[in-house]
Amino acid sequence: MRILSNTAVLLGKELQTEFRSRELLTTTIVFILIVIVLFSFTFDPSVSESRRFGPGLLWLAFLFSASLMLQPCFLKEKTNDTLSALRLCVADPFAIFLAKLLANACLLLLVQLLLLPIFAVFYNIKVGAVFPQLAMVFLFGSLGVSVTGTALSAISAQVRMRELMLPLLLLPLLVPILISSTEATAALLEEKPTLRLDWLGILIAFDVVFLTALWLFGEYLLEE
Amino acid sequence: MSQRIGRPTGIKFTKIEKRFGSLYALRRLDLEIAPGECLALTGRNGSGKTTLLRVASQLTRPTHGELAFLGLNASETPTVGYVSHAIMLYDELTAQENLLLFARLLGIQEPQERTLKLLEATNLAARATSLVRTFSRGMKQRLAIARALLQEPGLLLLDEPATGLDTESMEWLTGAIRGLRDEGRTVVMSLHGESSLSQLATRAARLDAGSLVADTHAGATFQNVFAVTGA
Repeated sequence: MRILSNTAVLLGKELQTEFRSRELLTTTIVFILIVIVLFSFTFDPSVSESRRFGPGLLWLAFLFSASLMLQPCFLKEKTNDTLSALRLCVADPFAIFLAKLLANACLLLLVQLLLLPIFAVFYNIKVGAVFPQLAMVFLFGSLGVSVTGTALSAISAQVRMRELMLPLLLLPLLVPILISSTEATAALLEEKPTLRLDWLGILIAFDVVFLTALWLFGEYLLEE
Repeated sequence: MSQRIGRPTGIKFTKIEKRFGSLYALRRLDLEIAPGECLALTGRNGSGKTTLLRVASQLTRPTHGELAFLGLNASETPTVGYVSHAIMLYDELTAQENLLLFARLLGIQEPQERTLKLLEATNLAARATSLVRTFSRGMKQRLAIARALLQEPGLLLLDEPATGLDTESMEWLTGAIRGLRDEGRTVVMSLHGESSLSQLATRAARLDAGSLVADTHAGATFQNVFAVTGA
């Protein structure tokens, strides 16, 4: 399966270049940190308020930061026309998407897991006992954001006003992810935590539908 | 320059048309390039040279017309090397990492060995571990050619390969293309006027506004083809 080996090679390249420069990781972490800290100082929420509003705030911060993180995903391939070089080498163009969305999901998940303890401290919420369940919600949420964002990044890289275009296209599409991730996270942060499989199911369904669409139509997004 | 040479591959364009909105880049163009030919393609800026090469590389899908590769069995897929205006390399990776990346994507056996050979052939072995962003234009161009040669292409497409090169790099490039031509590969290079590269061509053709207007295979002389270009 050359598509899998192509994906593995490209995923390695994406992570190698990001960990070498740490540009996206640093920017995203700082952005989310600022949002968490500013909201905490502005509203000084009680524990019950944190439980009620915290998950929504956290996921909004993730989504806004993801729109920043995903912006250069295909844009950077335009600088030296490296996208053409990739298209000439890979067996299936879907490998390019798969590698990029997996790299984006990994980076977003890493940012989320790094910032979760900080969120817990600022909003006085205990997350230790439900960390594995939260990580699962973050995983499927990040995957959904990355699948949609990577596809739209390929589109927005080819149009004018591309810096504005990605958030404008991406954020409305991510409403189902925002709602289901927020609800699933909120249920895990309650006094009696529960893993809401219905919301998790919606997240997984969203991921599968968009991944299938990308597999079927992704090739056309890369054409000139 | 290399050991295993892909089967020389010709290319046939039949009534190829490419439109970008209302702009015609290629107009029902017919052109057949035989395996092993070295074609110099000339024409003014915007005449359609780059579009033709991108159609040949299958990066751009023509609006109408057919593209066929010659000299291959039905089961064979063409191996095409393409060097464009842009270097098609990652600035943030080293020369070796760039070649290794593309070699692995192409599924080349012993990619490390192949990469080192090409770095030596392009006189870049000493800078193998340097980031590409630290390279001069000439070095980047040499590395771009090394990338295009990774899979021993039977058809090599070079889009204005001499752009921005100094005398020394130009001499290297002329020698390299001569070597590739002598190995029997099909070479198609777009050029701006006569140069040491045009003297390597076994055939020359000129495009104007997306149409083929002169071809040495159709009676035009080399002088004819290059003189009118004026570019």
